[in-house]
Amino acid sequence: MITLFFKKALQDILSNRFLNTVTIVTIGLSILIVSSFALFFINTNALLNSWKKGIRVLVYLEPQATEANRLDLRYQIQQIENVQEIHFISKETALKRLKDQMRHHSSLFENLKRNPLPDAFEIRITDASRELEKVAALAEKIKSLPQVEEVEYGQHWIAKFSYIINMFKFVGYAMGGLFLIATLFIIANTIRLVLYSRKEEIEIMRLVGSNNSFIKAPFYIEGLILSALGSIAGLATLFAAYHFVLSKFHASLSIGFLEIKFLSIGQFFLFVGGSMLVGWLGCYLSLKQFLKN
Amino acid sequence: MKTADTALIRIFNVSKHYGSKPALNHITLDVFKNEFVFFTGPSGAGKSTLLKLLYLGESITEGQVLIDGMNLARISKSRAHVLRRKLGIIFQDYKLIPGKTVFQNVALVLEARGLSQRFIQKKVHSVLRTVGMEDRQRAFPLGLSGGEQQKVAVARAVVGEPKIILADEPTGSLDAEASENIFELLTTFHNRGATVLFATHDTELIRNTKHRIIYLKQGHLQV
Repeated sequence: MITLFFKKALQDILSNRFLNTVTIVTIGLSILIVSSFALFFINTNALLNSWKKGIRVLVYLEPQATEANRLDLRYQIQQIENVQEIHFISKETALKRLKDQMRHHSSLFENLKRNPLPDAFEIRITDASRELEKVAALAEKIKSLPQVEEVEYGQHWIAKFSYIINMFKFVGYAMGGLFLIATLFIIANTIRLVLYSRKEEIEIMRLVGSNNSFIKAPFYIEGLILSALGSIAGLATLFAAYHFVLSKFHASLSIGFLEIKFLSIGQFFLFVGGSMLVGWLGCYLSLKQFLKN
Repeated sequence: MKTADTALIRIFNVSKHYGSKPALNHITLDVFKNEFVFFTGPSGAGKSTLLKLLYLGESITEGQVLIDGMNLARISKSRAHVLRRKLGIIFQDYKLIPGKTVFQNVALVLEARGLSQRFIQKKVHSVLRTVGMEDRQRAFPLGLSGGEQQKVAVARAVVGEPKIILADEPTGSLDAEASENIFELLTTFHNRGATVLFATHDTELIRNTKHRIIYLKQGHLQV
């Protein structure tokens, strides 16, 4: 029976080649746009996570802090939950590091009368507390301790980057939703057009004793085939574009040790499966309305 | 013995109205197993309407119809196939699917019942042989004459071995010879056990018949 339904669905697809090609291309474009956003999120999230892994909290001390104050502060910080390691960086060491980093601008330091940098502690936090909110809470706790002038962990640029990613995420979800609805209507309309073109045939099928399942099954298979082909076409285009962009701009796109990744096999099948689900839903809507009349 | 209990089709006080216009008025009659019944009368008498009510092509305005123990009023649209598998329907305009071959048109009835392809092949060939269309099984309906198309429609109607054959003006578009052929085919299947309800306004066909004739005029039974 399933073979018969597949045969009928394929016959339908082949006999309405133009309509079905347009449907596959449109579904492919929708999937291409949505999956491009997904690919962008996957890579920017990986980037953000790798940055978060490298987060160090720097605690700058008041200039008047004494040796005793420093030891006391070190002890207090060590007692705080999620603090993994703590290192003292004297202002002399800090200046030396700065000079090393700015070797080509050494003239800037020539007229320096006194060391403007403060003493500091560099804190490494546990893996479990690398969420931005947790780091912020930890920083707040440290800042309330005596002799602490400032706490720094790159919060400003991480927050800005997170905000931009979230904005893109929101736009991506909205566009994804819109394209999902568009795909749904495209499939529903294609099936509806086929149904109307075969209205008389369906009526005859009913008169000779066909039940609704027998009539509906080939259309569901048709919808699933169209959406699967459309999504595979969209993802294949994305894959080709990914390889093209990577081969042309590999050097400028690679950020440190981070490799720009493509969708995993699981994500690929998730897209194809999701698209087929939408295809099935489109058929369901059309058939429900059509067979009701 | 023909009693109300042995009736295959029971039509009781059935009326059909299209808006305020009556098409059938208080029709009551029984059709018995293996009976061949002609429904005749002028155009607009209600012959086709009556057959349409029997295959749920139209809804009944008033009254009750029982077919092989099934009360038509209690059959939902989604369950209409249960009744229709007991029936073989033949239309004046053949209602063959143009995109399907002769074989595929006939096989559709058995495919819808989920029967095996081997059985379908055997059965369809056998029926097409009976109606004399075996050598045209690969032809498409539009390549056939009216008489040939109606033979295919007869094959489609009988391939599922229905208890009842409803023939709605099956010779209405055919010449005398083709009409005679269709009538002979229906007689063949009647002789094999089918109950046939034959709506026609062709007086030639019923002139010397031994079968029961029911006259309808303006939606009323004429006794």
